[in-house]
Amino acid sequence: MAELAQTAKKLSAEHNTAAEKRARRARPAEANVLIGLIVIALLFEILGWIFQGQSFLLNKERLSIMILQVSVVGIIAVGMTQVIITGGIDLSAGSVVGATAMIAMSFAQVSTYPRAVFPSMTDMPVIVPLAVGLGCGLLAGLINGSLIAYTKIPPFIATLGMMVTARGIAKWYTKGQPVSFPTDSYAAIGAGMTPVLIFILVAVLFQVILRYTVYGKHTYAIGSNEQAARMSGIKVETHLILVYVIAGLLAGLAGIVLSARGLTAQSGMGVMYELDAIAMAVIGGTSLSGGRGSIVGTTLGMLIFGVIISGFTFLRIDAYYQEMLKGVIIVGAVVLDVYRQRLRGRV
Amino acid sequence: MAAEQKIILKTEGLTKRYGGVHALEDADFELRDGEHVAVVGDNGAGKSTFVRQITGVEQPTAGNIYFDGQPVEFKNPIEARNHGIETVFQNLALADDLDVPSNLFLGREERYFNLGPFSFLNEKKMLAHTQEALRQTGIKIPDLKNKIRNMSGGQRQCVAISRAASFASKLIIMDEPTAALGVQETAQVENIIRGLKQRGIPLILISHNLRQVFDLVDRIWVFRRGRIVGAVDRDKTDGNEVVSLITGVKSTVSGGEAAFV
Repeated sequence: MAELAQTAKKLSAEHNTAAEKRARRARPAEANVLIGLIVIALLFEILGWIFQGQSFLLNKERLSIMILQVSVVGIIAVGMTQVIITGGIDLSAGSVVGATAMIAMSFAQVSTYPRAVFPSMTDMPVIVPLAVGLGCGLLAGLINGSLIAYTKIPPFIATLGMMVTARGIAKWYTKGQPVSFPTDSYAAIGAGMTPVLIFILVAVLFQVILRYTVYGKHTYAIGSNEQAARMSGIKVETHLILVYVIAGLLAGLAGIVLSARGLTAQSGMGVMYELDAIAMAVIGGTSLSGGRGSIVGTTLGMLIFGVIISGFTFLRIDAYYQEMLKGVIIVGAVVLDVYRQRLRGRV
Repeated sequence: MAAEQKIILKTEGLTKRYGGVHALEDADFELRDGEHVAVVGDNGAGKSTFVRQITGVEQPTAGNIYFDGQPVEFKNPIEARNHGIETVFQNLALADDLDVPSNLFLGREERYFNLGPFSFLNEKKMLAHTQEALRQTGIKIPDLKNKIRNMSGGQRQCVAISRAASFASKLIIMDEPTAALGVQETAQVENIIRGLKQRGIPLILISHNLRQVFDLVDRIWVFRRGRIVGAVDRDKTDGNEVVSLITGVKSTVSGGEAAFV
């Protein structure tokens, strides 16, 4: 009898947890991020009326500056999201931005500038610096991916090496001199709201790819259970290389956009961008332990990031505090991720 | 009756050593078409090692494997799978963050047009196939779009088994399929196995549970210390004899048939 009662209890307990699970499934992680975004934006709106006597959100100029500021890092974050979903990390993104900016820009200089890096190769069609820049990103990604897939060293170490090396290349390339005076067609890549447009294109493309293609399915599978992925016939090594190559390409693209926008490339460009990109992905619900995340989430994470930075400027809070707060956001997002993991583990 | 069926899997002198450890020694094994057999033995008897050799997870140190009349050397589990062998591994080999159809079709997704890795998934077809596979194995999972992570141990095991059952054309191997399950869930898995018997798909069941073994299979292969100590027909033996063989109280099969010392 006691046994029977116990079984009944167990059954009803099972029933309860099943119901809870259904309830949880009803709200995807992205919805929580969206709620977070709205809450934070409204908070700044209220603080704006109190301290500045004006609206934070109803200001077209402010919003477009905010989106412009984050969209370059957003391009990196799209690649970073995919890397993190496989359970990896790419610390080299910021340095690749710097190296790509320098190298791509050196092929985009105008002939009227007397101190061009390659005086014989000025006034090139825009496709040349674009191809060179993307090629640099691709190469960096290929090296990252091959190291991780074949030598089995942790992604953290492999990309840390690339981070230092690529920054070194950026500095060595012109012995620390900035590269400036791009052609008009190159400058157009970063002009006005074009960076935002590029981000949107990249984000939509990879949201579709991650959600609807075999590539996406395998990316999640590897991050979820690499052993299972391998047993199921997924070529894990090749796939990882592809993921890091895509991340490298996007970092390269970000470098091109950034240098085109600033009309100059400096070896210090993109420092710490990888951390911002990681933070955007994690705030957007991408799990650092792999298997979960989406570009939609990362985009929302990017907007949260932008709203906070722009909100601080709006409230005239010192830029040093912004820097400090960024650190807190990054750690906070990771703590949140760990907390979410633990919550799931308990069920 | 079994003797008239053709032999689907056969090993001769199958041996696996890990350095100095003799995990499997000189194993001669036979499985006939439609036959359900159990592999039993104590921990470290070589059961899982044996499974790893015939499914291509590892390559034997020595010996031959014949599958469906042909000598085979599987370099990886995928080759074994391409030959029609499906395995339910102890660690399940499921991707926790994917839903049921994605897991069923992991590594062999249905595609719309072939664009390499960027082919679009035919989710409709995979969902329909999954529903059919689960119906065939008599499994009820309320929400197929739910992630595996949110499912009970029994449901997860059912997904793993129905994946194997829906793709296996020639042989299914299950390594301790009910070890982590409750009473009801175990019963469900056992029903699936009976269904496979009716469909005539041969099965190798690795199990510690002798009650289950006697319930489900035609023939029992006993492993001890890396060797096959005997194979007995379920109808001609009893729990005592099998236990004696497992523990080494008895070292050969009394009937004299298929007795490997």
